[in-house]
Amino acid sequence: MPKPSGLTLAAADGQTFAEDLSASPLALRGLTVSYGAKPAVFSVDVTVEPHSMTAIIGPNGAGKSTLLKAALGIVPRLSGTVTVHGRPLDEARSEIAYVPQRASVDWDFPTRVIDVVLMGMSRELGLLRPVRAHHRERAADCLARVGMEAFAGRQIGQLSGGQQQRVFLARALAQRASLYLLDEPFAGVDAATERAIISVLKSLRAEGKTVVCVHHDLSTVGDYFTHAVLLNIRKVAEGPLAEAFTEEHLQATYGGRLATAHIGELALRAV
Amino acid sequence: MLFDALTLQLGYNATLVAIGAALLGLSAGATGTYLFLRKRALLSDAISHATLPGIGLAFIAMTALGLDGRALAGLLLGSAVSAGLGLLAVHWIATRTRLPEDAAIGAVLSVFFGLGIVILTVIQTLDTGRQAGLEGFLLGATAGMLRSDALLIAGGGALTLALVLLLRRPMTAAAFDPGFAAAAGQNLKATDLALMALALAVTLIGLKVVGLILIVALLIIPPAAARFWTDRSGAMAALAAVLGGLSGYVGAALSASAPALPTGPLVVLTAAALFTASLLAAPRRGLLAAGLRHLRTRRAVHLRQGLLALAQGQPIYERYTLRLLNRAGLARPDGVATEEGRAEAAKALLDEARWALARSDPDFEPSAALYDGLRPIETVLTPDELAEIDARLAPRGVPA
Repeated sequence: MPKPSGLTLAAADGQTFAEDLSASPLALRGLTVSYGAKPAVFSVDVTVEPHSMTAIIGPNGAGKSTLLKAALGIVPRLSGTVTVHGRPLDEARSEIAYVPQRASVDWDFPTRVIDVVLMGMSRELGLLRPVRAHHRERAADCLARVGMEAFAGRQIGQLSGGQQQRVFLARALAQRASLYLLDEPFAGVDAATERAIISVLKSLRAEGKTVVCVHHDLSTVGDYFTHAVLLNIRKVAEGPLAEAFTEEHLQATYGGRLATAHIGELALRAV
Repeated sequence: MLFDALTLQLGYNATLVAIGAALLGLSAGATGTYLFLRKRALLSDAISHATLPGIGLAFIAMTALGLDGRALAGLLLGSAVSAGLGLLAVHWIATRTRLPEDAAIGAVLSVFFGLGIVILTVIQTLDTGRQAGLEGFLLGATAGMLRSDALLIAGGGALTLALVLLLRRPMTAAAFDPGFAAAAGQNLKATDLALMALALAVTLIGLKVVGLILIVALLIIPPAAARFWTDRSGAMAALAAVLGGLSGYVGAALSASAPALPTGPLVVLTAAALFTASLLAAPRRGLLAAGLRHLRTRRAVHLRQGLLALAQGQPIYERYTLRLLNRAGLARPDGVATEEGRAEAAKALLDEARWALARSDPDFEPSAALYDGLRPIETVLTPDELAEIDARLAPRGVPA
């Protein structure tokens, strides 16, 4: 699926697109983020395919996490639009589940595993609605899906890194969304956790959901994902692995940072 | 007289003041918990010091209008405006410049406080004749407080407490994982603004009782004390509220029985006593418990190392290890194992071998995650699992 290259200039009101984006669970147009004078992400268009497992890959400092955070409105966009199933982001929050990087929170926070999962239901609980038995059961089910049901009553500071990541995934499951956005879910976790997470993500896809991960391990892209977005400040390529995850695109994304022979091997393995 | 004060026998006004101080403490402890969790506790110090110019200017304005310059409601309004300006200044410096927030807090706090002191000094040179009493806002003075003032404080405390209860979920979410909360559509700016408004409300309510210099203590000390007792944010807020309420109540009662002492320091010292008790005596996070836990672990580690050394015929170098083995009747003073010691040592070695196998096999992973180097494996695995491990160990010649 060829995309028009070059810059897309987005109008602030998002009305200028004739393009119908309602088929895409997440579509970014002309997304630019800048923390100072230098853009961290520059005029990026991404159209996530429904029911795909999409990896956002690129070298360190390529703006992968920033792209995800800007798509969620966590960091401000300098320009660009975000649509979720064709609707503006703020009208579609309940469609989205988010798994932030594990290191982004203070794990000595006074809370238990089950309470973290219940935070995934904040939209339905609101300010004052009491937490009922069925909420707790659902939270326990989400923990069971990631193999953490025995830890429900633990203080979160007692968990290992992999267990923390699984609790974050359970919280996202509790959001009952159709689009799952994960920021480096496999970073610094043990092999068992990686297997547990990927099996949950694959089952989500089998249920018809869409999964997007910021991912850093090129050697597993072919096993885990169906689509890829290659990013280095600008978007280099996107699409099914066979089209996007190619030697040529990897070379363009990583430049001299990967040995050429290695790139060829990775791309071959994916196809 | 102190007993009379604590049991509310000192008359209607002193009773009202004690109840007002208790409600102030309740709301301060609860609000302070969320400031503490959001790591913004020090911001309340900037808020409180920034009230002083407002107090002085409100006094001047009310006197000039021919009103009673000491009317509490008017003074609180003035202090709210100047504290709001102080907050804005901190926010503006922290977001628009590259200065960190603590530098902004330090600068704003001292400048506003300095300005306030200048204004109070000017008021003393004015010929109004009725300025006495404004100094009470520095360290708190409940002696001679009007009934209406006490009611205002009690009502404000109760209202603030209710608002904290209402907003506890978004405030907890913003403190634990602001990125996740924002992604779920929560308005973080509004949440933080509400938290600051609550801190400002507590400060205003506490001006007359605790004084602006020490009100920060009532926002920080009760949550810090409560943190020692619990690992749940809701319980922490409730406990901090109780500790704060107790501090306010006892401090006000002490002050009523010794009117020469300023109320604020008495409230804060009461809170500090509760904090110290928590720091020392709390069951899991307290210092005594931590010390005991360390000693117990040290003993268990040395005993285990000693037994493994005995089992493998290695010499024992550490005196403490040898002493432990001696005392337990497991080794002679020269380091040679007794009969019982040899049996225990063999058991320890078997435990190590079983753990090593369990930890190398993915089937046992959930149980192996509980490995801490000391816990006996039979407390973790079922007898069937143990039998399976032993069956796999036996061919390798490990004594079973």
